[in-house]
Amino acid sequence: MEIQFILNQKQVTAEAGADTILLDVLRGLGCKSVKCGCETTNCGLCTVWIDGKSRLSCSVLAASIAGHEVTTLEGVEKEAAEFGAFLAGEGAEQCGFCSPGFIMNVLAMFRELDNPGIDHIKEYLAGNLCRCTGYMGQLRAIQKYMQAKAEKRDGKSGREAYV
Amino acid sequence: MAAEKNRPARTVVRGKLRIVNQPVSKVDAHALVTGKAVYTNDLAPADCLVVKVLRSPYAHALIKDINTARAEAVPGIECILTYKDCPDKRFTMAGQTYPEPSPYDRLILDQRVRFVGDAAAIIAGTSEEAVKKAMKLIKIKYEVLEPVLDFRTAKDNPILVHPEENWKSLCPVGADNRRNLCAHEVSESGDIEDVLASCDYVIDRVYHTKANQQAMMETFRTYTYLDTYGRLNVVSSTQVPFHIRRILANALDIPKYKVRVVKPRIGGGFGAKQTSVSEVYPAIVTWKTGKPAKIIYTREESLIASSPRHEMEMHVRLGADKEGNIRGIDLYTLSNTGAFGEHGPTTVGLSGHKSIPLYGKAEAFRFTYDVVYTNVMSAGAYRGYGATQGIFAVESAVNELAQVLGMDPTILREKNMVREGQVMPAYYGETAQSCALDRCLERAKEMIGWDEKYPCRDMGNGKVRGVGVAMAMQGSGISGVDTGSVAIKVNDDGFYSLMIGATDMGTGCDTILSQMAAECLDCELEDIIVSGVDTDTSPYDCGSYASSTTYVTGMAVVKTCETLREKICERGAEYLGCSPADVEFDGKKVTNLKTGESISRKEIGNRVMCSSNEPLSANEAFSSPTSPPPFMAGIAEVEIDKETGVVEMIDYAAVVDCGTVVNPNLARVQTEGGIAQGIGMALYEDIVYNAKGKNYSNSFMQYKIPSRLDVGNIRVEFESSYEPTGPFGAKSIGEIVINTPSPAISNAIQNAVGVIIRELPMTAEKVYRGMQE
Repeated sequence: MEIQFILNQKQVTAEAGADTILLDVLRGLGCKSVKCGCETTNCGLCTVWIDGKSRLSCSVLAASIAGHEVTTLEGVEKEAAEFGAFLAGEGAEQCGFCSPGFIMNVLAMFRELDNPGIDHIKEYLAGNLCRCTGYMGQLRAIQKYMQAKAEKRDGKSGREAYV
Repeated sequence: MAAEKNRPARTVVRGKLRIVNQPVSKVDAHALVTGKAVYTNDLAPADCLVVKVLRSPYAHALIKDINTARAEAVPGIECILTYKDCPDKRFTMAGQTYPEPSPYDRLILDQRVRFVGDAAAIIAGTSEEAVKKAMKLIKIKYEVLEPVLDFRTAKDNPILVHPEENWKSLCPVGADNRRNLCAHEVSESGDIEDVLASCDYVIDRVYHTKANQQAMMETFRTYTYLDTYGRLNVVSSTQVPFHIRRILANALDIPKYKVRVVKPRIGGGFGAKQTSVSEVYPAIVTWKTGKPAKIIYTREESLIASSPRHEMEMHVRLGADKEGNIRGIDLYTLSNTGAFGEHGPTTVGLSGHKSIPLYGKAEAFRFTYDVVYTNVMSAGAYRGYGATQGIFAVESAVNELAQVLGMDPTILREKNMVREGQVMPAYYGETAQSCALDRCLERAKEMIGWDEKYPCRDMGNGKVRGVGVAMAMQGSGISGVDTGSVAIKVNDDGFYSLMIGATDMGTGCDTILSQMAAECLDCELEDIIVSGVDTDTSPYDCGSYASSTTYVTGMAVVKTCETLREKICERGAEYLGCSPADVEFDGKKVTNLKTGESISRKEIGNRVMCSSNEPLSANEAFSSPTSPPPFMAGIAEVEIDKETGVVEMIDYAAVVDCGTVVNPNLARVQTEGGIAQGIGMALYEDIVYNAKGKNYSNSFMQYKIPSRLDVGNIRVEFESSYEPTGPFGAKSIGEIVINTPSPAISNAIQNAVGVIIRELPMTAEKVYRGMQE
């Protein structure tokens, strides 16, 4: 069947069978950031946003996304690079294979939660497995990114107040 | 000239580092965090044939007949290969230096299948659907044989896993396929029986570690194609490109010059990809059909037909006097190599040679091992490579000794641990030229608050917290074997190409080797480009394993830079019209010290591209007669629910001596990652087979690796010694970091609730049962 949906803010059309999963359609459309790590919804590597919410694209039938809006890392590259610089600043991207799914969920978390604490962060990201880092460096990156964001926001509002 | 080349490198100076020892980001970071198409499956051409392997449902069987007629009729099927289509010449899939210690016991496809999941047929077609459909239509008649499933009964069992005549062992490792024996050896120093007989205490215990999956996020995968010259091109997620070239030539029975191997970015390896797990299947398809082909292992295949850690059972006898002086260690290791012998003869050695030397005072040791074939999935290389297993056994025995003596286990270690300058008889007689193990333990105790927390604290809510300790060592490359070579050339505008055959698998060797080169060449990191491995163009390197890259390839970088600096001086002097003896190169320019006249590196780079009879480049190799061990101490704090036995990780303090830390961020993340993997091994991960040899742990649902909720807090510090034979004083870091969690956590459980668990993983059930006794 032919399905139409919005991918990274562009209208796209793809051919999909009844059992085709979204993951394969997205990679077929050139979004190579979307990775498969387990096939059983355990690892979080295939995380994308559907209508702005994190979903595992290995467990979504392509047919079900007709008319919906899908975002992959390619669609938020600038923001990904911005957070990614903090991740790399800790050396915590390592092999990088889980980075796209992880970053998609991190960015979703920042949209959903306001200044989350460590326990909230861990719980939100519990479904994103990483075998290289032991997770500590990822947490440091998130905390430093949040701090930098806050400083930027405060600094900006301070300057604005002055003006 | 030779003597000059062996002089200590000019730039290997302590405390004056600009780029080495700095936490720079990885050179490939931007591509990775923005999800660029840099991995094997991202790069594979769209028209690749899809290759899949039909796997045996039996642990041991002979294929009597294969009917592929109906499967071949499926539209889109290109070929179906059976054992009749494969060369009958045995090889090993182990990525090791030739002649490999691992036996030549494999065929691409064999009439005899040896574990549930062993390859029975290869199917290639234009689409996944067609291949899957064809797989269902292949009819195989098996003669089902009795398997050998218990590794304790494998040796001299009448059922042979490898009865074939053309099985062969290239090295004298004590292998005998007529006895299901993959390796056997005894090594000793002093009279262990005499020493143990005269000890006040002898701890006599058996410990059991299970097979574990590396579980790197990117499963095994390879694509292949024929190039313009009719050569087999192989792009693969591998740690050992040069070994893969040999393995494929052996497997296909073709000359080595017919094979080229390229390594793109890898999504993790941890040793799994030191075995040629996936390469042979698309390679034979491409070789037979001339068409591009690729195989992407499913996670299930990666869990049932791969290269996990060797299961080992270790019998330790540890003798000490009343004061707690450890006088002798006797270790017998039984290792289960599974259906094939990849890394079987070598991993087992580390179970003794990297555990016993931690105790420097022992008057005698003996280390005996048997490695046996069984009808389960073949084992392979996994971070720690046998040391992890042996250290669990020896460190646990030391902790049991502490209990018998009524002594704090850290005090017992302070009394006995190996110290800088000591000769280590069980470590091939090498001297610990750099060792800060004493400082590591001291600092780890401070970090965790050992003196306040040992042995345990009742939290008053049905939970009790205990602390436990372990030490570890590893090596830095395989002494006298591992070879790293490096080439650097000067290009126009003076930028450098750093060419390495070492394989970055995400750990960052492209970056740290560039850091070393930038340090040696007095330039910035940006002045150096580095690229992935291509066996056609990269200088030879045995690959990234055995904790060799930082130390072995790192020294090759230092040597190459030294030679290149001399050549730059010579060329600069030539252009300045003076003697090389009169010039100095400061990284940016060559200056005639007599006249003050100078020529920039940029100009030199441009001038060598016009009217030049000699390239401006250097190429050196390094191999070490020793393998300096890194050391570390790890202390775990766990909380145990007294009603259920559930163990929760609270805190882990780790202090590592890897010599000079080349990149503090990358070394820290290596350590944190290794500890998390070690926590998985200690508490959760288990490969479970049923009575017929079927592997139940075939998905991430069953094989549970730790999530970020399972590892507690992991804190890492470094206490650096200075390794005189290493680049800038560095030793290795990659493997040692997985070795302390199992014994430290076991000790923490022991100290919290008095339960000693001698078989991994230490599940809630085992702790609960122990508490009931």
